[in-house]
Amino acid sequence: MQEIFNIFIKSIFIDNMVFAYFLGMCSYLAVSKTVNTSVGLGFAVVFVLGITVPVDYLLNEYVLKEGAMVWLGPEFADVDLSFLSFILFIAIIASMVQLVEMIVEKFSPALYASLGIFLPLIAVNCAILGGSLFMQERDYQSVAEATSFGLGSGVGWFLAIVGIAAIREKIRYSNVPPALRGLGITFIITGLMGIAFMSFLGIKL
Amino acid sequence: MSKEQKEREPLFSTKNIKLLTTPLNLSNPITVQVLGICSALAVTAKLMPAIVMSISVMVVMAASNVVISLLRNGIPPRIRIIVQLVVIATMVILVDQVLKAFVYDVSKQLSVFVGLIITNCIIMGRLEAFAMGNKPWPAFLDGIGNALGYGLILVVIAFLRELFGSGTIFDFRVIPQGFYDFGYVNNGLMILPPMALITVGVIIWIQRYYTRELIEEN
Repeated sequence: MQEIFNIFIKSIFIDNMVFAYFLGMCSYLAVSKTVNTSVGLGFAVVFVLGITVPVDYLLNEYVLKEGAMVWLGPEFADVDLSFLSFILFIAIIASMVQLVEMIVEKFSPALYASLGIFLPLIAVNCAILGGSLFMQERDYQSVAEATSFGLGSGVGWFLAIVGIAAIREKIRYSNVPPALRGLGITFIITGLMGIAFMSFLGIKL
Repeated sequence: MSKEQKEREPLFSTKNIKLLTTPLNLSNPITVQVLGICSALAVTAKLMPAIVMSISVMVVMAASNVVISLLRNGIPPRIRIIVQLVVIATMVILVDQVLKAFVYDVSKQLSVFVGLIITNCIIMGRLEAFAMGNKPWPAFLDGIGNALGYGLILVVIAFLRELFGSGTIFDFRVIPQGFYDFGYVNNGLMILPPMALITVGVIIWIQRYYTRELIEEN
């Protein structure tokens, strides 16, 4: 239980998707102009990461890994399909996003309307595929660990995008050098936020 | 459109050359179109992975641009994203296997970022914006051009970070020992992830200072 909680905290603060691995930067930069939209996108990312990472974990554990197909019979013991992982993970992600979109549309039209275009775009957000690939690389022990890693990464991404959106809303009132306006200053602020987040590195979990 | 199609264009017409050169500056994928930032920053602590990454992206991009451009009239618009992802993922798997076979060390350093070429927005972005509406040859040039623009920024960042962060270029020591004797210290901050962001910020600043038309209205 404690291990699961540690993974959760670690993936929010220490291994933050945005500040430590630069994942999901494209939508991070494009959608962070106002706090409202970034909250919507942040929630959608938490949601999708929380679903796709455990599903991809099961897929990896029971289909892709070397010897994972043993449950089909002993003759499958040395089948290694791990080279297929990219294409299967992305297929799972694309279909999960589609599914989530349909479910949200059915049960919560208000949330659907506020997420709008962002939901389908999540399929190509590198943070999502990155989550699955890191899960594969780090070899988590159980579905619960993979889930807490997925949720934690999502929450970390959420914090990052809401933080930058709030700063960008305020920075409109300051006198930024013309050539640095918009994209340039956003990069530099993100860098500074990253340095701030590095102070969590000292935490040993 | 009809006129251009009637007269066969030479392979390197002015228009085609433009496809190659504008991504280097005016429509640079990283600093102007804001595509493909994710991988650009993560692999630039050293020059070697940055170059391998740029070449991989170039291969994947040129190949998938051509494939999608050939298929463009047969892809139903509703499922185009899935089709594009499948084409890209196939190319990336090929590149990944080649890297694992020939430059295993670098492939280990790049870790998940080779896989992340699939969701690298630069590739999807160019497929959507260009390859879906153009013939294979211009699409090929567009892919190469954008990958060059991407690679250019990657190499510049990696060069600065490796030089100031570890005092080496391609792992060869370039800062003479004398400097260290006089108290010069490598700037360890340059190796850390946040400095990649700040370096890009500064590159954007310099680029926009010289190309005024890129400056954003607040």
